Amino acid sequence: MHKLWASTYKEFLLLSRDIGGIAILFIMPLVLIVTITLIQDSTFKTVSDVKIPILLVDNDKGNVSENIQKSLADSDAFEVIIKGSEVEAKNLVFTGKYQLAIIIPEKLSVDLERKVNENVEGIMSKFDLDATNQSTEKTIIPKKEVKLYFDPATQQSFKTSVKNGIDKIISSIETQSIYKAFQEQISDDPSETVFETGNFISFKEIMPKNKDKDMIPNSVQHNVPAWTLFAIFFIIVPLSINVVKEKSQGTFVRLRTNPVSYATVLGGKTLVYLCVCIIQFVLMLLVGVYFFPAIGLPTLDVSGRLPLLFIVAVFAGLAAIGLGLLLGTIAKTQEQSAPFGATFVVILAAMGGVWVPVFIMPKFMQTLSNISPMNWGLNAFYDVFLRNTGLIEILPEIGLLFLFFIVTTLIAIVYNEKKNAV
Amino acid sequence: MIQIEQISKKYKTAENYSVSNLDLFIAEHEIFGLLGPNGAGKTTLLSILCSLIKPTSGSFTINGLNYKSHKNELKQLIGIVPQEYALYPTLTAFENLKYFGSMYGLKGKNLDIKINAALDHLGLLAFANKNIETFSGGMKRRVNLIASILHEPKVLFLDEPTVGVDVQSKNVIIEFLQDLNKEGTTIIYTSHHLNEAELFCTKVAIIDHGKLIVKGEPKELISKHQGAHNLEEVFLSLTGKGLRDYA
Repeated sequence: MHKLWASTYKEFLLLSRDIGGIAILFIMPLVLIVTITLIQDSTFKTVSDVKIPILLVDNDKGNVSENIQKSLADSDAFEVIIKGSEVEAKNLVFTGKYQLAIIIPEKLSVDLERKVNENVEGIMSKFDLDATNQSTEKTIIPKKEVKLYFDPATQQSFKTSVKNGIDKIISSIETQSIYKAFQEQISDDPSETVFETGNFISFKEIMPKNKDKDMIPNSVQHNVPAWTLFAIFFIIVPLSINVVKEKSQGTFVRLRTNPVSYATVLGGKTLVYLCVCIIQFVLMLLVGVYFFPAIGLPTLDVSGRLPLLFIVAVFAGLAAIGLGLLLGTIAKTQEQSAPFGATFVVILAAMGGVWVPVFIMPKFMQTLSNISPMNWGLNAFYDVFLRNTGLIEILPEIGLLFLFFIVTTLIAIVYNEKKNAV
Repeated sequence: MIQIEQISKKYKTAENYSVSNLDLFIAEHEIFGLLGPNGAGKTTLLSILCSLIKPTSGSFTINGLNYKSHKNELKQLIGIVPQEYALYPTLTAFENLKYFGSMYGLKGKNLDIKINAALDHLGLLAFANKNIETFSGGMKRRVNLIASILHEPKVLFLDEPTVGVDVQSKNVIIEFLQDLNKEGTTIIYTSHHLNEAELFCTKVAIIDHGKLIVKGEPKELISKHQGAHNLEEVFLSLTGKGLRDYA
């Protein structure tokens, strides 16, 4: 125990003498979490502060194009800029100046009305025996195409969202036109309401509740756990460098000749770096609770969750430390451990769902994400932050994180023993 | 005290044996010099005796304890002064020594007293609370030495303890080691400074190509070699004048 305490104190002294390193350990995660939350905040807002400018070329100049423009403007997501020609709009989008151009074809309103009238008359004639014999001569109405030009750098998710939105607008206009045509056929009084044209089916999102209050997720509730975990796992880099340094500066050779086990040496590092993880976590919670509201972001709601959050942070920290110890034990130089550690954390984060939710990943990656400790940590954090679950529900995840720590540390010890076996 | 029997060591990537079927006995209370040109196998032999590397074959005992079956007891029995400084640069001399002393189970005031006494003996007490990174090479060597003797080892291994230090530091180190020897510590050291070894060692062994060439008291070896006036001339006559560059 005395040796473990001495090792822990030595690690504390080493860390405390590296002021630059401490600053990086504690300040950079805060910068990361503030930056990412600010960037992602708009995607969580129903009314965005920023409107995306898009181009619209109106070759129709009818009521359909008018409706499209109105719907786009009402969406509050876009700032519609009218352009005169398709070529100009296309060039502006393809050179990256705008993300999207919508080209409304000529005679869209007229042809839509003709097509709808033709269809409605056809249906009406089926119910009108006298009319069945009066066959009207059908003219071929060409299909219309609303063209969309996207900046090649635009993300697929944005494209899909815009396409769905425009599809919905067009469907709605078509439906309204059909209702209108029927109304004209059935009633001579244009003010009479024959059809209710509003949506019959609507949807309502039911939120999980915390003490009878809806838990409404926001960018902070999503980002703080995800990026806190990312920052905690970055402990791999300084920790692996610390272990490699022991080897390169010769102190490890001395320790190998001393009557102290490698487990004790690693134990000292584990305790100190676990404290670092916890301090990082506390700082990030403080930023979420006190700093975010001051810069206009939602407040991080930790009410009633703190004990569970700390439990998750401790076990996530242990998993990260285990990986750092293993990497430091295997790596021969800092040039090996530092870039590998940093890249590996990014890979684990990607696999774990920090950037892209796991459910939209390909099947293979979804399976792979199950073995990412960051996925276990993220799920545990989401369970506590967003799903309002208790200790029992997060036991599997924190159990896996602890197991990961034990396994990686054991591998580090066994590897070291084998390598230095006498 | 130290009984080495048929020790051989061949590194995985090496073509030849670094140490080959070496037998050696080192008696208690001796100051024993392991001498040889670069690549002769001195550091390899020392590393084997310190349990840092595993011999390919053969065995050894220290104070009757076999290296395989009494690993931990041997660690408590020996002290090692590695060629590199093996200290934490950002810790003070006192903090370094306190930590390495703790690894031998030493603690409290007893450890503090030992550290201060050793620092005083080697002229470093005034620098106890300075970071190692601010020390000169000679000062680092002296702290490196203290870190290895706080637990009062029965056998002290030193790998070129005076390399790269000034004459003053070298004298202080040698005198300190002689005092330790008088108190009962057996000292085994490697060096390229043959004049130093001639004056300092009670016995020397010259090894080359991993084999023991000769062993004996320095004066005895000099007298046995016709025309040799000092240990360096004995050394050159036994190992040749050719360069020993290796990579």
